[in-house]
Amino acid sequence: MDMIAKWFLELYETTGINLTIVYDAYDRQRFLSGLGMTVYLSVVCILASIVIGAVGAWAQGSPLRVVRGLVNGFVVLFRNTPPLVQIFFFYFGLGQILPRIEDVDGMRVPILTNVQWAIVSLSLFAGAFNVEIFRSGIEAVPRTTTEAAEALGYTRFGVYRHVLLPLALRICLPSLNNNLVNLLKTTTLAYAIAVPETLYVSKQIWTDSQNVPVMMIVLLLVYTALVGILVFIMHRWEKALAIPGYGQGGAR
Amino acid sequence: METTPVTDAPSSAGWTPDQPLVRLVDVRKSFGSLEVLKGVSMDVAKGEAICIIGPSGSGKSTLIRCINALVPIDSGTIRVEGQEVNDPDLDKLALRRKVGMVFQQYNLFPHRTALQNVMMAPVHVLKQDKAEVEARARTLMAKVRLADKENAYPGELSGGQQQRVAIARALAMRPDVMLFDEVTAALDPETVKEVLVTIRELAEEGMTCILVTHEMGFAREVADHIYFTDAGVIVEHGPPATFFTEPRDPRTRGFLSKIL
Repeated sequence: MDMIAKWFLELYETTGINLTIVYDAYDRQRFLSGLGMTVYLSVVCILASIVIGAVGAWAQGSPLRVVRGLVNGFVVLFRNTPPLVQIFFFYFGLGQILPRIEDVDGMRVPILTNVQWAIVSLSLFAGAFNVEIFRSGIEAVPRTTTEAAEALGYTRFGVYRHVLLPLALRICLPSLNNNLVNLLKTTTLAYAIAVPETLYVSKQIWTDSQNVPVMMIVLLLVYTALVGILVFIMHRWEKALAIPGYGQGGAR
Repeated sequence: METTPVTDAPSSAGWTPDQPLVRLVDVRKSFGSLEVLKGVSMDVAKGEAICIIGPSGSGKSTLIRCINALVPIDSGTIRVEGQEVNDPDLDKLALRRKVGMVFQQYNLFPHRTALQNVMMAPVHVLKQDKAEVEARARTLMAKVRLADKENAYPGELSGGQQQRVAIARALAMRPDVMLFDEVTAALDPETVKEVLVTIRELAEEGMTCILVTHEMGFAREVADHIYFTDAGVIVEHGPPATFFTEPRDPRTRGFLSKIL
């Protein structure tokens, strides 16, 4: 470790490329914790947004007009407004209206922390898109396949869970993939409410170390790698779900 | 025939096996302004195999799809073992476990293997024990002569094989009556036979079968009773011996002369 740190210190002294995140223990720790926060936000929001998408798409098929209207309203609201505005709305708007609670030390604190608000906001944002993505998959499943399940006695939920959703998921995975990539990148907006994710800690680091261009390049590389990992996982999932003789799984 | 297990739902009160298993009385159905069924009545006794034939658009498919409530009717009554199908409080599960259905396009679940297709509904819908269902599913796969295809996905099977899996899938629910909706219409001529053989065996074992078909030779051979529909009404019906040789109605004669 010392060897590497020494090498990067020398690199700075000879070339001016100042990677404090490697040779400075404090900056390294800051940067890693920011990276951890980005991964945490991404994983939680991806899972939550998939659940929102699956539940929302099911509710969209409800026989009750009120339920369908609510889902469509939700989709319009979150698809037609900028995600940064949504985050501000939740943190500054809703966060201020909601009553405060007493924590263990007797301090009056908001019900949700900035990290929690970021998760709520980003999950709903991506979830709204996922509802539409799942819907596109559901609509591509032949009506007759659903009918066969109904004829076997499946309830509406049973049809959705055992037939529609598994098939729809396979059809819509490429679009879902796109949206989740977008979601991962959108976690940088949590910066605006001081969530210490990668961009936020990088800004602290470049302010302290005056290495803005270097940190910018680091950021680009980090996000390229993070999205690369996500895409890799999604492709593995796509492969695992491929059905022999059906769609892309045809060539086994 | 398998014996009916004690776990099966009891028949609706008042129905006895000597009454018609399926009874349609003056059934009417319109899609928008198009009246597809204009007062259809029909009785199907337990153990009987009946064939519904007739020109395209005469309401044959709609007719059998009404029997398991896939299509709601406008008026009239349909009773399956005394249970009224058009009752607004209909217990659809109770009805559909009694009525198996096989479709023209097979409609297997493509993400599940053949064996899983057969097992799914008894496990998910009837909550039956998985091991017991699996044993039954294997027996059924052997019955439709596909024991070696248990782990194949529907996309890897031929049309005739898929259709036989679909028959096994419907039988796994241990229905009292089977509906066949033009089940050979999408098949290659050479695979039609393998499906028809399976259906004939079922009928001979005493399964109550209602078939919509264009296979006249098969209808003649298997059916106890033939119904001829045209323009939403039953024009004529009778046992195959008299139906095919001495059709009374000119419409029946016209239809038969075109296809025989």
